[in-house]
Amino acid sequence: MPIHLDIVTPERKEFSAEVEMVEIPGIEGELGVLPNHAALVTSLKPGELRYKLDGKETVLAVGEGIVEVQGSSVAVLTDLAVGDADIDEKIVEEALKRAEDRLKEIPSDEAEEQAALQAVIAKSIAQLQLKRRR
Amino acid sequence: MANLRDIRRRIKSVKSTAQITKAMQLVAASKMKKAQDQATSGRAYADLLNKILVNLKEKTEDISHPLLEEKTEGKDLFLLVATDKGLCGGLNTNLFKKLEAASTKDAGFIAIGRKGAAYISKTGRDLVADFPVSDPAKFADIKPIAKFITEQYLEGGYKRVFVVFTNFVNTISQIPHAEQLLPLSPFTLGEIRGYEGVGGDDEVKEVSAEDSKVGYLFEPSAEEVLETVLPQFINNSIYQMVLEAHASEHSARMVAMKGATDNANGMVKDLTLEYNKVRQAAITNELLEITTAMKALE
Repeated sequence: MPIHLDIVTPERKEFSAEVEMVEIPGIEGELGVLPNHAALVTSLKPGELRYKLDGKETVLAVGEGIVEVQGSSVAVLTDLAVGDADIDEKIVEEALKRAEDRLKEIPSDEAEEQAALQAVIAKSIAQLQLKRRR
Repeated sequence: MANLRDIRRRIKSVKSTAQITKAMQLVAASKMKKAQDQATSGRAYADLLNKILVNLKEKTEDISHPLLEEKTEGKDLFLLVATDKGLCGGLNTNLFKKLEAASTKDAGFIAIGRKGAAYISKTGRDLVADFPVSDPAKFADIKPIAKFITEQYLEGGYKRVFVVFTNFVNTISQIPHAEQLLPLSPFTLGEIRGYEGVGGDDEVKEVSAEDSKVGYLFEPSAEEVLETVLPQFINNSIYQMVLEAHASEHSARMVAMKGATDNANGMVKDLTLEYNKVRQAAITNELLEITTAMKALE
């Protein structure tokens, strides 16, 4: 029995198909979803999302967001979802460097700004890891 | 009577103006289509977000979150979504009228688009910030705006936040609209927005609490999920409204440019008529002179 996986960003529907298994980087740790999973909503951590389609595994880098699991459907709402072919290593590296430099400059009491930068860094690292593995 | 060369020059210049306006009209038409498509393709995200919000509401009986609480004191903050460029008919004028009607002079203002920022500072209002948004709008452009507004709301002592933008009804009708963004009301969360937007004739999925009550497990907790969902909701609301404004801008420009092209073509026609009349008159004159000269020689 397949699971229906939807990956949507505010800009468009990135992916929508029946898959065999999904692995999601949840805020509480990796989350493997097989059919008939309990209804669940959790936050998404920047990282790698894997799904298996016809026995073939595909990996996408995802950003922050929310995951909704319900019976045999999984919906991922995120601000970023890219496959390794679409990642431009140079651009991501630059973004990562900028964020790291900025993180060193700002005073440590600006927790919110730091959290935002750390999110950018996590997102960039997730993309780079995915790209370099190939 | 104007001389021939002057008229010829005017015809040429009006013709090239018509060419430019025609090109602008076509560009605006294709951009409008793109903005509409963009708004429609974001629909899936909004639907899912609504569904989760409705369920969260059920789960957390007395949800309390700074973004949901009504404040009693403070000024209003307005986000004005205007255009960067002119030549779009009465779009901005109508928008500014709406802003004037909805706001008090002492409120704070944030502008998207150069025309909006210019208007606010020209009329002596308090311009807190202005942001550029690329066209077509990128979601990444909206995030810092949403973050800034949320910060201003939480720490800047503002009571309510409104967004004033032009709502796209159809190609010939765009209506300025003021929508309250913050505080989010726990009652309207997850409900259909108060305006009908781009692709409004598409079936809008009404998310009723009954249909979508699933009894989710929230991980780590409903409160923490709410903490991530609310900012996303604000991001997405602003993004959708900016798309509305962009679709309106392009359709208004398209209509304005079509009018300009038609006027220019009408003018070319009139001028050509006049040109021919003058030419005829000149020829008649010349003939007259020749015949008179012949008569005198006889």
